[in-house]
Amino acid sequence: MALRFRHLLGIESLTTEQILFLLDQSKPFQEFQRYPLKKLATLRGKTVALAFFEPSTRTRISFATAAARLGADAMLFQAEGSSLKKGESLLDTVRTLEAMMPDAIVLRHSASGAAEFVAARLEIPVINAGDGAHEHPTQALLDALTIRDRKGMLEHWNVTIIGDILHSRVARSNIHLLSRFGCRITLCGPPMWMPAEMESLAPGVRRTARIEEALDGADVIITLRVQTERQHEPSLSPEEYILLYQLTPERLRRAHPDAIVLHPGPMNRGLEIDPAVADGPQSCVIEQVTNGLAVRMALLFQVLGTPADSPGEGTNAAN
Amino acid sequence: MLLIKNGRMVDPASGADAVADVLIEGDRIARIGAPGEIRLGDGGAEILDASGWIVAPGFIDLHCHLREPGQEISETIETGTRAAVRGGFTAVCAMPNTQPVNDNASVTRSIVERAASARARVWPIGAASAGSKGESLAEIGAMREAGIVAVSDDGRPIASARLLRQVMEQCRALDLPVIEHCEDASLFAGGVMREGARSARLGLRGVPAESESICAGRDVEIAALTGARYHVAHLSARRTLEHVREAKQRGLPVTCEVTSHHFTLTDDDVTYDARFKMNPPLGSHDDREAILEGLADGTVDAIATDHAPHHPASKEVEFDRAPFGVIGFETAVGLAVDELFHTKRITLTRLIELFTTGPARVLGLRENRSIAAGALADLTLFSLDHPWTFRAEESASRSRNSPFDGRKFRGAPMATIVAGRVVGRRPLAI
Amino acid sequence: MRIVEKRQVLSAAEMDRTLQRLAYEIVEKSGGTADLALIGVRRRGVPLAERLAHLIRAFAKADVPVGTLDITLYRDDLSTVAWQPVVQSTDIPFAVDDREIVLVDDVLYTGRTARAAMNALFDLGRPKRVRLCVLVDRGHRELPIEASFVGATVQTSDSEMIEARLREIDGDESVVLVDRVAN
Repeated sequence: MALRFRHLLGIESLTTEQILFLLDQSKPFQEFQRYPLKKLATLRGKTVALAFFEPSTRTRISFATAAARLGADAMLFQAEGSSLKKGESLLDTVRTLEAMMPDAIVLRHSASGAAEFVAARLEIPVINAGDGAHEHPTQALLDALTIRDRKGMLEHWNVTIIGDILHSRVARSNIHLLSRFGCRITLCGPPMWMPAEMESLAPGVRRTARIEEALDGADVIITLRVQTERQHEPSLSPEEYILLYQLTPERLRRAHPDAIVLHPGPMNRGLEIDPAVADGPQSCVIEQVTNGLAVRMALLFQVLGTPADSPGEGTNAAN
Repeated sequence: MLLIKNGRMVDPASGADAVADVLIEGDRIARIGAPGEIRLGDGGAEILDASGWIVAPGFIDLHCHLREPGQEISETIETGTRAAVRGGFTAVCAMPNTQPVNDNASVTRSIVERAASARARVWPIGAASAGSKGESLAEIGAMREAGIVAVSDDGRPIASARLLRQVMEQCRALDLPVIEHCEDASLFAGGVMREGARSARLGLRGVPAESESICAGRDVEIAALTGARYHVAHLSARRTLEHVREAKQRGLPVTCEVTSHHFTLTDDDVTYDARFKMNPPLGSHDDREAILEGLADGTVDAIATDHAPHHPASKEVEFDRAPFGVIGFETAVGLAVDELFHTKRITLTRLIELFTTGPARVLGLRENRSIAAGALADLTLFSLDHPWTFRAEESASRSRNSPFDGRKFRGAPMATIVAGRVVGRRPLAI
Repeated sequence: MRIVEKRQVLSAAEMDRTLQRLAYEIVEKSGGTADLALIGVRRRGVPLAERLAHLIRAFAKADVPVGTLDITLYRDDLSTVAWQPVVQSTDIPFAVDDREIVLVDDVLYTGRTARAAMNALFDLGRPKRVRLCVLVDRGHRELPIEASFVGATVQTSDSEMIEARLREIDGDESVVLVDRVAN
């Protein structure tokens, strides 16, 4: 049973054992965040290239901090997000970074498939920090860790995801992960952002355009961020979105009393989520951030901490 | 003189299907006889032994991009036609989206001149609108004098119904077919593949089939209004085919072509590899099924390649950023034999029609494609069972963007004859 | 290569007596149980630490806190290991500052584990004093590290290994000397 993987391109390509292994391995790193001295020498001498072709503060800082706390150095490349801007190609940029000999590259890009594209052409491991609308695997992992910690287990929950599903890599990665554990997933949002094909992504996925129906009996609610500007698309007006899809305390009451609320951040307070819900006892947004750090530390440790050609099987050897 | 011996001659125009010898003198077919019947003097004829091969009239590709003038980094008339004759094509129709666009007689003439020494015949298609911008009429009349065989703004649709009407009126008067790349720009909007379960999984922006079919539906109405000959380029969807079928039933001069990649692949085959990115995108399984039905029942008039070379560096980018298009000259016949003939979806005669009499009818050629004494000596010789593997690296094209790299085929073009000369031969090793 | 058992170093009864003696020594040399805390180094140091605490409670009538320490992240040989490392929790439910810490492990060999354990410990706080307690010292130190409390000292060659089997983990109870021999 091989738990090792070279790249982390998406949840879809991970086995269930690998997902559980990463979640379990995140736990010691959760505790680590409480140490007075948050600095290990484990990855001392290793370098992680952070190649962010899309603007992102929180994910980038999370990865940079994870690397630093493990003792590694980070190489930061940040580019303007617009795909319309011409200039050095993605391939040329990552090859330039690779020439500086990092031990791995964390990549965020606006094109779906960018992580796979880069992984096929570089010699170093690639960690997908978000590729277009395709996947954001570390987000799904930290969401799963949050769910497991808060609810005691990961299996068989009623999960509702609200928002622009079609363009959301967070939605896709969560669908791939949670369906593995028998969760029933209800997608809710404007119909034009929730085509029928989304139901074919995984077993146990259904759609509804009515938020009341989507929240009935929900155990886990994931609210996606609304992007008010979209290329190629007229958007729903904010007022319309709030009226139809905002997660308010009243709507939240339709869910299970023990339901928890997740948001990948950054939140548009007052748009997709009512501030009272965002700050309320059911909200997990703060833990999500801490868990994100733990998950990314566990991931960097796995990818960088040992030689790339180590075989599978976890054991502890002799001293 | 050229004597082709022992080939199985299949001629849709006359219905002939028999093993025969064909004698060619100059650029015309001189005689056809039973095997061994034609005796030559010492006049030094070249002998071509076509045992086990099919001898068909010369194949025509209604739709290709030769990239010259202006984009020679991807292809030239010379390299493109070398790939074309390797693929069995004796004549190719070159779309006008070059740089500059072929929208006036001087560009047309320069293409015709450059093509004079090419191995295959190159028949230019002229732009419908100036610069193919969809604003004003191109100089269609002047281009006709210079040698265009059809009119198209391929790469884009003619978005304005009013302009399309003007183009069609003009072309009707000049007896030219109007070839349309059917697409609705607002539905297409940044899409890169067919909208469906596969695009949802890959997270790539999808285009619904309706983008093509609503444009075709509209165009058919305007064709009925004007009486012009209207041809749907690279048809990819069931609904579009239904529009064509209905138009034919109404007796309208409406025709259509499908590409070899559209009858072979579907959107399920798409990965993040840009060699699977083209416009129109690969359709659904149901669309493919409709296309196969249409190829068999005659609704589809021709198979075209839409050979669209892009130099390797331009395709080696993220899927979103890659240009649309795949090369196709060298694989079209192999795909037709494998996917259509060996699967028994169409007969051999039908297959040959789709490459010969079908295209000839679409273009309204004065001389049909046929094998008969006195006919033009353009012939395509192909095998139904020669095994080979296509390697893009070895293509005669300047570009390598094929989704069929490494694919094994059973059946291949073996020799191509244009104006009585053998211009392409498959080395037996390949 | 295969592993061959050569001889038993400690029987189950001898282990009990040894642990009892170690428990007395620890309390005596720490001047009582006041600031004392035991930290077991994963994996086999953990049940040993728990047993020592249990023994101390029996004769000194005092509860000495026990923690567990995972040193995977502090190892100096990660880039050379052939197996996939699994990190387990470090669980120290008391403040480390100003404590008399006794690190507990089954075997002392090169000293690298003890060094990693000390690094881990110092990330958590500033103990008053840290000493090492091991069941077996097999020699071959590669670092300047010594144990204050030693159950048994055994001479070993490079190819030999000491295996401590504990009922909590292995179901068995003994310490044996094994050797690697060619097939």
